[in-house]
Amino acid sequence: MRELLFHIIAFKNLPLGVVGGAAIWIILLPLANFVLLGLGKKYLKNIARIFSTVLLFVATIIALNIAYHYFFIDGKVNGVYQTINVYQMHWLSFTETMHVEIGIQLDALSVMMLVVVTFISLMVHLFSLGYMKGEERYCNYFSYLGLFTFSMLGLVVATNLLQLYMCWELVGISSYLLIGFYFQKPSAVAAAKKAFIVTRFADLGLLIGILILSFNTNSFNFQTIIQTLTNTQSSSFISITASSFLGMSTLTWALVLIFIGGAGKSAMLPLHIWLPDAMEGPTPVSALIHAATMVVAGVFLVAKLFAVFAINVTALQLVAFVGIASALFAAIIACTQTDIKRVLAYSTMSQIGYMMFALGVSKYGGEEGLGYSAALFHLFTHAFFKSLLFLCAGAVIHLVHSNEMKDMGGLKKLMPITHIAFLIACLAIAGVPPFAGFFSKEEILSAAYQNNKTIYIIALITSAITAFYMFRLYFSIFWNKPHDSRLTAHHSEGTLTMKLPLIILMVCAATVGFIPFSEFLSSNNQPYHSAINIGFSILPVLLGLGGILLAGILYFKQNNKADKITNSFQVIYKAAYRKFYIDELYLFITKKIIFNCIGKPAAWFDRNIIDGCMNGIASVASFISTSIKNIQSGKVQHYTLYFFAGVAVLLMAVLYVWS
Amino acid sequence: MFLSSLVILPLLTVIAVLFCKELKQIRVVAFVGSVLQLFLVTYITMGFKIVSVFNFKNNGSIFLLEENYNWFPFLNIHYHVGIDGISMVMILLTSFIVAAGVLISWKIKELSKEFFILLLLLAASAYGFFISLDIFTMFFFLELAVIPKFLLIAIWGSGKKEYSAMKLALMLMAGSALIFVGIMGLYYSTHSFDLQIISQTIINPETQKIIFPFLFIGFGFFAALFPFHTWVPDGHSSAPTAASMFLAGISMKLGGYGCLKVATYLLPVAAQYYSPYIIALSAIAILYGAFATMMQTDLKYINAYSSVSHCGFVLLGIGMLTQTAITGAVIQMVSHGLMTALFFAAIGMLYERTHTRQVKELGGLLKAIPFISTIFIIAGLCSLGLPGLSGFVAEFTVFVGSWQRVETTYRIATVLSCASIVVTAVYILRAIASSVLGPLKNEHFFNLKDAAWNEKLAAVLLLAGIIIIGVMPYLLQNFITDSTVNIIHHLNGSK
Repeated sequence: MRELLFHIIAFKNLPLGVVGGAAIWIILLPLANFVLLGLGKKYLKNIARIFSTVLLFVATIIALNIAYHYFFIDGKVNGVYQTINVYQMHWLSFTETMHVEIGIQLDALSVMMLVVVTFISLMVHLFSLGYMKGEERYCNYFSYLGLFTFSMLGLVVATNLLQLYMCWELVGISSYLLIGFYFQKPSAVAAAKKAFIVTRFADLGLLIGILILSFNTNSFNFQTIIQTLTNTQSSSFISITASSFLGMSTLTWALVLIFIGGAGKSAMLPLHIWLPDAMEGPTPVSALIHAATMVVAGVFLVAKLFAVFAINVTALQLVAFVGIASALFAAIIACTQTDIKRVLAYSTMSQIGYMMFALGVSKYGGEEGLGYSAALFHLFTHAFFKSLLFLCAGAVIHLVHSNEMKDMGGLKKLMPITHIAFLIACLAIAGVPPFAGFFSKEEILSAAYQNNKTIYIIALITSAITAFYMFRLYFSIFWNKPHDSRLTAHHSEGTLTMKLPLIILMVCAATVGFIPFSEFLSSNNQPYHSAINIGFSILPVLLGLGGILLAGILYFKQNNKADKITNSFQVIYKAAYRKFYIDELYLFITKKIIFNCIGKPAAWFDRNIIDGCMNGIASVASFISTSIKNIQSGKVQHYTLYFFAGVAVLLMAVLYVWS
Repeated sequence: MFLSSLVILPLLTVIAVLFCKELKQIRVVAFVGSVLQLFLVTYITMGFKIVSVFNFKNNGSIFLLEENYNWFPFLNIHYHVGIDGISMVMILLTSFIVAAGVLISWKIKELSKEFFILLLLLAASAYGFFISLDIFTMFFFLELAVIPKFLLIAIWGSGKKEYSAMKLALMLMAGSALIFVGIMGLYYSTHSFDLQIISQTIINPETQKIIFPFLFIGFGFFAALFPFHTWVPDGHSSAPTAASMFLAGISMKLGGYGCLKVATYLLPVAAQYYSPYIIALSAIAILYGAFATMMQTDLKYINAYSSVSHCGFVLLGIGMLTQTAITGAVIQMVSHGLMTALFFAAIGMLYERTHTRQVKELGGLLKAIPFISTIFIIAGLCSLGLPGLSGFVAEFTVFVGSWQRVETTYRIATVLSCASIVVTAVYILRAIASSVLGPLKNEHFFNLKDAAWNEKLAAVLLLAGIIIIGVMPYLLQNFITDSTVNIIHHLNGSK
C-alpha cells in the first residue's frame, strides 16, 4: 500500500515512465468523482456536472497520451507489443502460492479499450450536461456515471481474473443503478432488476469458469494462465485437458462457462432479454453502457483469453455459432420494433454478434488471426457510431418526448445537425464506404469467408437486413411525414454541449475506419498488414445499398406499402414483433417453475415440515410430562400398588436370570 | 487481567446503569460503556497487529494475552483466557455490533434500564465466550447469553413474541445440552477442559467419532445448521432491532466459532470423517435458505432466512477443511455479522417509522427517507456479494477454498453453493425494488423523518467495517492466517 502511494506520487521506476504511471489516475479520477459526489451531494450540487466532466476530460487526455506512447513510442519491442504491468498491489492470498495482486496491466487491447471507454464516457458526460438539465437527482446521475467509468476502466486494465470479475460485477451494479435511475417508474425498476439478475445468472458461469482455471493453473493472473495453458507440455495443461466431465474436457468446460459469462454481459442469445428492457434508463446511459462499452465486455473477455480459446476448437465454435445466431436473430427482430431505442438495442446485439463470430472464426497468430483484429476493429468503430446513434436518438427523444417512431417524422429541418450525424452513423453501420463500419465489417466478412462459408453467407444476409432496418429508422425519423406542428423550432437540438459530442462523434464515425487496425492489434501482438480487397467488398456493399433502397421505397414517404407487406407475412411478423416469445418463455420458467415448484415448496416445507417436527418434539415432551404427572398423585394406595408391582417385576426378572 | 477487562467492562457498565435514574443518564452511560469497549478492542487490535509483525509468540503458544486462574481445582476447571487471530476478529466484530446496537436502541422508552442491562450482559457473555481457552468457561458464557436473549425478545419484541422467545430459548438450550454431553465426552477422554491441552492429547478416533456429532450439532443449533435453524426466522423477526442485530450478528457466530475452534479443531479425525455430511447439510442450507427467502414477504423474515443461507457458507467453509475455505468461513462470520446487523438496523429504522415490515405495503421510500433507504440498499448489495463490500470477499474465498476439494461430491456441493449467488440476487433485488424503489405507496410516508444522529452513527460504524473489509481484505486476513494455518496443521497432523 505504501509502495503504491509512493508510485502514485513519484512515478518512479515504472515501465513506460511517467506516462504509464499516470494510468492509475485514469482509474482514480472517476472513482473520486463517484465518492465525492456520492458523499457530498449537498455541497457539490451546483458544480457537480462541471466537476465530473472536467475530471473525465483529464482522464481522457491521460488515456490518449498513454495510447500515443504505447503504440508509437515505447510499447513495441522487437516488433511485438509488450504486456506491461504498471502497478501491482497485494490484495488477498488464498494459499501460500496463490495470491491476487490487483493492479494495472497495459497491453494493446487494454490501451485501446482505455481510449474507447474514456472517450465515449467524456462524450456522454458532455451530452448529459444538457440532456439531464433540471433533473432532481443530477448529482446521483454523475456519481453513478463515475462509478461505471471507474469499474469499466478497472475491468479493461485488470491484471487477473479476480479483478476482472470484481469490476465485472461493479459494472453490472452501475448498470443496475443507471437503468433504474428513474426509480419511481415501476418499469424502470423492473428493467434494472431484470438486467442484473439475467447477467448474474451468466456470471455464475464466469465464476465457476474462473474457479476451474485458477485451480488448475494455481493462479489468477492472465499472463500466468495464458502461459500455462498454451504450453502443451506443462503438467497443468495435461491435467486440465485429460480430465473430462460429461464428455468435455475440463478446459473446454472452463472456457464454455467463461463464455457464458461473456454472453450474458454482451446480450448474446439466449441471454439477451435484458438489453431491450435496459433502454428504460436515460438515453446517454444507453449510449455509454448499453452500446459502446459495458456490453462489449464479453467480447473483451474472449479476446483477453483468446490465446487459450484458440487452442480449444469446441469452445471457439460455440463462440462463432452463438455470435452469428445472435447477429441474425437480433437483426430480424430489429426490423419490426417501433420504439427507436429498442431498434438500436437489437442492432447493438446484432453488431456484437458480428464481433463474437469474428473471434469464433479466427485463428491464432499473424494473418490467420484476421478475425481477432477484425472483431476488435469492429468493437472500436461500433463504439463511435453506435454511441452517436444513441445520442442522436436522445436528442430526438428530448425534442419529441416519445420513443415511438409513429410520433416522429420529418425532423430533418428541425434538427439539421442531428440529421446529418444520424445519417453518417447509419451509413457507417450499414457498411457503406468510406465510413468506419465498412472497413471493420469488411475484415470480419473476409475472415468468415476464409474459415466458414455458412457463417459468411448468414453474415451477408444480416448485413443487408442491418442496412434495411437502420434506414427504416432514419427515414421514419427524419423524412416520411411532415413534422408535428406542435414542435417549435426554437432550440430544437438542445444546448451547445449536446451538439458538440454529436459533431465530434460524427467526425469519428466517418473517419476512424482508415486506421490500419491490424498494425496495432493482433492476436499474438505482432502487427501485420491487412488490405481491403475491392473485388471482395463489392457484394456486401451492394447488398447494403439494396437494403437502403428497400427502406427508402417503404419509408421515405408516408405510404401503406410497409403495412401491406407486414400483413402478408402476418405470422412471421408477429413472432418477430413479439421477439420470438423468448421473454414469455423466461417468464414461464421463472414465475411458474422456479417460484411455484421450488421457492414455494421450500418455504412451505420449512414452516410446516421442519418447524413442525421441532414443534412436534416440544409437544411430545409436554404430552409425556402431562401424562406421567398423574403418577405422583399423592395417594398412598397408588404408591403401594406401584411398590408391589415393582417388587413383582423385579422378582420375576431375578428368577428369570437365575434359571 | 488485561484481557478479562473485556468481560469486566460491560459488567461495570451494567452496575453503573443500575445506579442511573433518568433515561438520559442510562443512555449516556451505556453509550460511554460501549465506546470504551470499542476503544479497548481497538487497542488490543493494534497491539495484536504489532505483535504479529515482530513474530512474538507467548511461550511458543499461538495465543496472546493469556490469563490462567484455577477456578475449580477438583474438576480441573480453569478460568483460562487468551486470543488468537480468529478470536481477535470476533471480538472486534462484537465491539462494533454492541456499539451500534446501543446507538440504535437510543429511543427505547419502556423499561429502558433493563433493556440496556440485558444488552450489556449479552456483550459480556459474547466477549467471554470468544476469549475463553477453557471449554467449560466457554460453555458457561454460552449459557449466560441465552437468558438475556429470551427476555429481550419476550419483553421488547413484536408479533408472536412469547412463542418465538420460548422457541429460541428451548432450541438453544437443546443445543447446549448436546454441547454439554460433548464436553463431558472430551473431559472423560482427556481429563481436561483446556483447549490447548486437549488439542495436544491424542483421542482415540472411535471416541472422536462419537463425541463430534454432539459438539458440532450442538454448536450447529446456534449457527443455524440445517435442519436445526427454525428458531432463526421466528427469533430474529420477533426480536427488537438491537436484539436482532445481536442475535444474527454475534449469537450465530458463537455457533460457527464453536464448530471451528472446539468441534473441528479438537476432533480432527472425526471432522474429516464427517466432512461430507457437513458440507451436504450446509449446501442444502445455502440453497434451500435462499429459495425460502425468495418467498418471504416480511422484511425481517427475508433477512432471517437469508442469514440461514449466509451462515451456510460459514459451515461449508469449515466442512471443506482446507485453509482457504476456513479463512473464508472466518471472513464470512465477520462479514455476515456486520452486514446482517446493518440490514436489521435499516429494517428496524423503516419499521419504527412506517409501522409495517410487509414488502407490499412499503414502496418508494428512497424519495421520502433517502438515508435509511440507501443504507438498506447497501446492506442488500453486500448481502448479494457485491465486490467492494465484505460479502464478496468472504464468499469468493469460500468458493476458492471449496474448489480445492476435487472429489465429485464436494464439487457438486460447491457448484450448488455458487448457484446461490443468483437466487440471492433475486430476493435482494425484489426486496429493494418493492420496498424502497417504485412510486410512493402511502401518502403518510412523505412526512417521515430521516435517520437521527444516533442512527446515522450506528449505520456509518457498521458500514465502515463492511467497506474496509471489502476494499482491503488483506487487513483482516493478516489476523486470521496464523490461526488457520495452525488449525490446518493440526488437522493434517492427525491423518
